[in-house]
Amino acid sequence: MNALDQIFVSTSHWLTGLTPASVQPLVSMALAIAGLMAVFGTCFAVATICERKILGRMQNRFGPNRVGPFGLFQPLADGVKMLIKEDIVPFSADHAVHFLAPLALTVPVWLAFAVLPFGRNMSAIDLDAGILFFFAIGSASELAVFMAGWSSQNKYALLGAMRAIAQMISYEVPLVLASIPVLMAAGSLSLPAIVQAQNGAVMGGLPRWNVFTPWGLAGFGLFMIAAAAESNRCPFDLPEGESELIAGFLTEYSGFKYALFFLGEYLGLFAVTGLAVTLFLGGWQAPAAALEWLPSWCWFAVKFSALIFLFIWVRATLPRLRLDQLLNFAWKFLVPLALVNLVVAVVWWQSGAWRFPGALELRWLFGAGLLAGPYLWLGRALKGGKPAPHQYRYAE
Amino acid sequence: MLNEIAFYLIAAVTLACAVAAMALRQLVHCALCAAAAFAGLAMLYLQLDAEFVGFAQLLVYVGAIAILIVFAVLLTRADEIIPGSRQSSPSSLMGIAAALLVLSGIALPVLSSPSLHRLPVTTAAAPVKLIGVELMTRYVLPLEMAGILLTAALLGAVVIAMREEPETKLDPRPPAPRRAETGEVVSLP
Amino acid sequence: MNPLLSHYLVVSALLFSIGFAGAVARRSAIVVLIGIELMLNAANLNFIAFWRYGAHPEALTGVMFVLFSITIAAAEAAVGLALIIAIYRQRKTTQVDGLDTLKG
Repeated sequence: MNALDQIFVSTSHWLTGLTPASVQPLVSMALAIAGLMAVFGTCFAVATICERKILGRMQNRFGPNRVGPFGLFQPLADGVKMLIKEDIVPFSADHAVHFLAPLALTVPVWLAFAVLPFGRNMSAIDLDAGILFFFAIGSASELAVFMAGWSSQNKYALLGAMRAIAQMISYEVPLVLASIPVLMAAGSLSLPAIVQAQNGAVMGGLPRWNVFTPWGLAGFGLFMIAAAAESNRCPFDLPEGESELIAGFLTEYSGFKYALFFLGEYLGLFAVTGLAVTLFLGGWQAPAAALEWLPSWCWFAVKFSALIFLFIWVRATLPRLRLDQLLNFAWKFLVPLALVNLVVAVVWWQSGAWRFPGALELRWLFGAGLLAGPYLWLGRALKGGKPAPHQYRYAE
Repeated sequence: MLNEIAFYLIAAVTLACAVAAMALRQLVHCALCAAAAFAGLAMLYLQLDAEFVGFAQLLVYVGAIAILIVFAVLLTRADEIIPGSRQSSPSSLMGIAAALLVLSGIALPVLSSPSLHRLPVTTAAAPVKLIGVELMTRYVLPLEMAGILLTAALLGAVVIAMREEPETKLDPRPPAPRRAETGEVVSLP
Repeated sequence: MNPLLSHYLVVSALLFSIGFAGAVARRSAIVVLIGIELMLNAANLNFIAFWRYGAHPEALTGVMFVLFSITIAAAEAAVGLALIIAIYRQRKTTQVDGLDTLKG
């Protein structure tokens, strides 16, 4: 059981041991990179077909079912199509920037997988400031969106790019604020340490994951909403909705470059989902000691898949938000709630030593109460109310 | 060995991007090269074992300031180049001469002082916990002042860049002629 | 052999002079601002290099200074760019040699 848990680590060590000592650091790095790219590349292919099938079923239709049994070879067909499509670049486009934009998007996103702990001892790098690295990399990929929109020399692409950047910058703030209580509770910015801090169980069996605390639950909700907005995912997919600005900042891209953008978007979603699993759902830990027989990376995969399914479910369910609704939601609703969440987390933490009967209920009540107030009040205040009666103006 | 190759490569790319940022005609290219220079500097900080500063540099400079510059370029229509206009000021040659003077003034003493040709003595590390402790004990006053300054800058930038509403516009045009019920045009006195 | 302190200082000096040259020699206000940011970054590199190669890196002085410097530079860039936008709205130009109404 333990051997299966550490199978990737021991395989990597064995392969590194076969090479001469001077190149061993490079070889171990190359093995980690190759492993991550293989796993998440396959994940991307599986996610595209799963998304289309699940969306189809939720909309009471079959998904793609022509290529292969139950349509399972659809990603192969999609890949071949993307690769052999003609790469059309507009005549007046800025060729250098147009070429570099997909690279500028995809490379930082691949980097973000380096710090996630996928299993016991299974994070590629254990950085002291791991989560800061993650957020820095996420913000570095916003320039690529601008590069794509501006270099196309297309007004609609530029509009889409500006909207996308405004959305991504606005939702970075709730994303970071929602993860700060986790850092306070764990006392470290290093992701394996955050997973370790969620070790153990409380009150006879419930694991000490952050999602089972009032601030963790609210933080998890805030984080998932901000994560959906960061990856331009429904219901925040205004920058790339087909009925909006054709394809937004991707309008003038075709073929392999479009495939790279698509890949970058899904990889961003995977990275931020992996971070959500690490911060709030206890990472690679099993819910109970009795379930430890499943290897740690399997548990990570199970939680990861559950969250991806949640994102697909939300996409099938909710309508798209308009830009001003989106931005108002971020700044006027999520940011104040995230700040209140900080206060709740501090109170929860400081009252951790209470042991009188009913202490746990009291702490939960305080946390939920303090969060419910702003939630209801802001929700009502931002509702928009009845529109003013329409003023009819006739041409004179 | 690898350390030195990495340093030379990153330094060369950073300096090349900085020169490009100052010399290119198209302002958006300038902004993007500046962002690349900032990223190169972040990598230099990482090589100097200052992890937190390197990631903060990426987050703030590449993720925020570069985007601010790009937005300013677009809002001031500076990406539309008027063909034939000069991009360098009349005093550009003097400026470059002054810059060379500054460079020699800094670099020559550095290169000629033997005490600066040294390797690091100890292994340095800047653990985030220690930075946090320092911020909360020794540097708590600068931290609070930075908070106030950032708030002031935020409000100031919004107020300066906001489009001002005209209060009462004194309309110089004569008022439009009114139509009475009978349909004839009545002009005001 | 690892890079020496003087290598980092020379890179910092070069970056500073490049930023200085751009800030003085270009007409567009935005490029001047980018030059100023490059100069600030060069100074930050200097601080971090001296922190790393210095005698007491456990005191974290260089790191703290650079953190505050980055913060202040961000605030200054925001206000500077807001000023450029406001000036553009008034005078429809961002060329610095057109902004001389207070001269003489």
